[in-house]
Amino acid sequence: MSASLPPIGMLAEITHRCPLQCPYCSNPVELLKANRELDTRTWLDLFDQAADLGVLQVHLSGGEPTLRRDLEQLIAGLAARGVYTNLITAGVGIADGRIEAFAEVGLDHLQLSFQGARAETTDRIGNHGGSHEKKLETARRARAAGLPLTINAPIHRHNIEEVPEFIELALSLGAERLEIANVQYAGWALTNRDALMPDREAVDRQGEIVEAARERLTGIMNIDFVTPDYFATYPKPCMGGWARDAFMVAPDGAVLPCHAAQTIPSLAFERFGARTLAGIWNDSPAFNAFRGTDWMQEPCRSCERREIDWGGCRCQAMAIAGDAAATDPACVKSPIHARMAALIDEARHAAEGAPADVPFVHRRIGTVVDM
Amino acid sequence: MTMPRQRMLVSGGSKPSLPNHVRIQFDPLRQAYAVLAPEKIFWPNEISLDILRRCDGSSTVETIVADLASDYDAPEEDVEGDVTTFLQEWSDKLLVRL
Ligand code: SF4
Ligand code: SF4
Repeated sequence: MSASLPPIGMLAEITHRCPLQCPYCSNPVELLKANRELDTRTWLDLFDQAADLGVLQVHLSGGEPTLRRDLEQLIAGLAARGVYTNLITAGVGIADGRIEAFAEVGLDHLQLSFQGARAETTDRIGNHGGSHEKKLETARRARAAGLPLTINAPIHRHNIEEVPEFIELALSLGAERLEIANVQYAGWALTNRDALMPDREAVDRQGEIVEAARERLTGIMNIDFVTPDYFATYPKPCMGGWARDAFMVAPDGAVLPCHAAQTIPSLAFERFGARTLAGIWNDSPAFNAFRGTDWMQEPCRSCERREIDWGGCRCQAMAIAGDAAATDPACVKSPIHARMAALIDEARHAAEGAPADVPFVHRRIGTVVDM
Repeated sequence: MTMPRQRMLVSGGSKPSLPNHVRIQFDPLRQAYAVLAPEKIFWPNEISLDILRRCDGSSTVETIVADLASDYDAPEEDVEGDVTTFLQEWSDKLLVRL
């Protein structure tokens, strides 16, 4: 078993509630209702323990984190500990004065998602009329409050052609950073994979557009490009390696090595409160299961990239190879790598056979999904 | 606050500063200085740290170079090259404002 290092980053999903219903949402298909959320005191206690444990950066996310009325208090608690605090918001329905209040209590950075670069796309994907306009307003208010801004663009079949417009949008809003993030197929996105998967040609075009924009915008705006796994040669180092330097916490206090970890049936996750954060991070069997490289099988075990990508995503291995300890099928060395190309083709056929709009299962609390 | 919508180039008269999304902070646990930025954390070495600490928005690159040259007892031409390269790189990543 590999020894643990202190964690650097934490993603706190403080609520699953959200006014939008994006079909690519990475939240689990079984969403938690408000009455399962940790209360203010428990979150503040958790943040204190996280700072003690070495966490330097916290991303407050959801669902929609601004639905928590105590968000100002939570940010203040993190700021008091010198933690760099990033708010990840969909930017819809934030009451007047709150963004300014977040900035005042010490928020360091705001990340705002746009489902489309055009109003009709944003409103359709999030299933929320008028949301695009509200997001533009949120961006303006954030800038006016002096907050640095990242625009996050989750990319899939239905908006991949808008990438050039996303770049212009982010520039016009004064963002320092744009994330072109191709959807990762976990949670709701996995349910909607056939409807969301882009075509290979569109992916190639996107790559060229982003490369050119990066060059053109050097020193003007940073573009982070999260490439689509299914089209990749090597996997991404998911979470920078399982339980290596980051973790996440679900609304009910379940401490998880990554977003989709709960899809691995052999693992049991512990909740903050039942145990200290340090106890969970250092000793929890779920965290130790895939920490380091000792758990690896071939081809990862003897691969020279094993400490670069850490064998890729465990949840993708689970979802596609049926074994959480397998090589991520996104890797060209995986014995079932060809399955990725087959899934791309299947999605393409599904899309071609379907009416112009392949129906999404829009994300909702309490929706029953047949997998 | 307005964004530089044009790539900035380092010159002797530039007065570099840290933008408000970048923070330098001592981490007692790891006994090292961290540069905190959105989605990224850097662990600068001593020389980088010495440059960043002088990016106060009022000192010019010329002053910073002269200062470091005397601190490190090194020829100014050498220091100037290193500082310019470093600041250009950090400015290109929007971690330093010129
Ligand atoms: S992806 Fe969409 S539905 Fe999911 S939390 Fe974000 S805004 Fe809400
Ligand atoms: S074989 Fe494993 S370690 Fe090697 S590149 Fe593929 S996923 Fe990474």
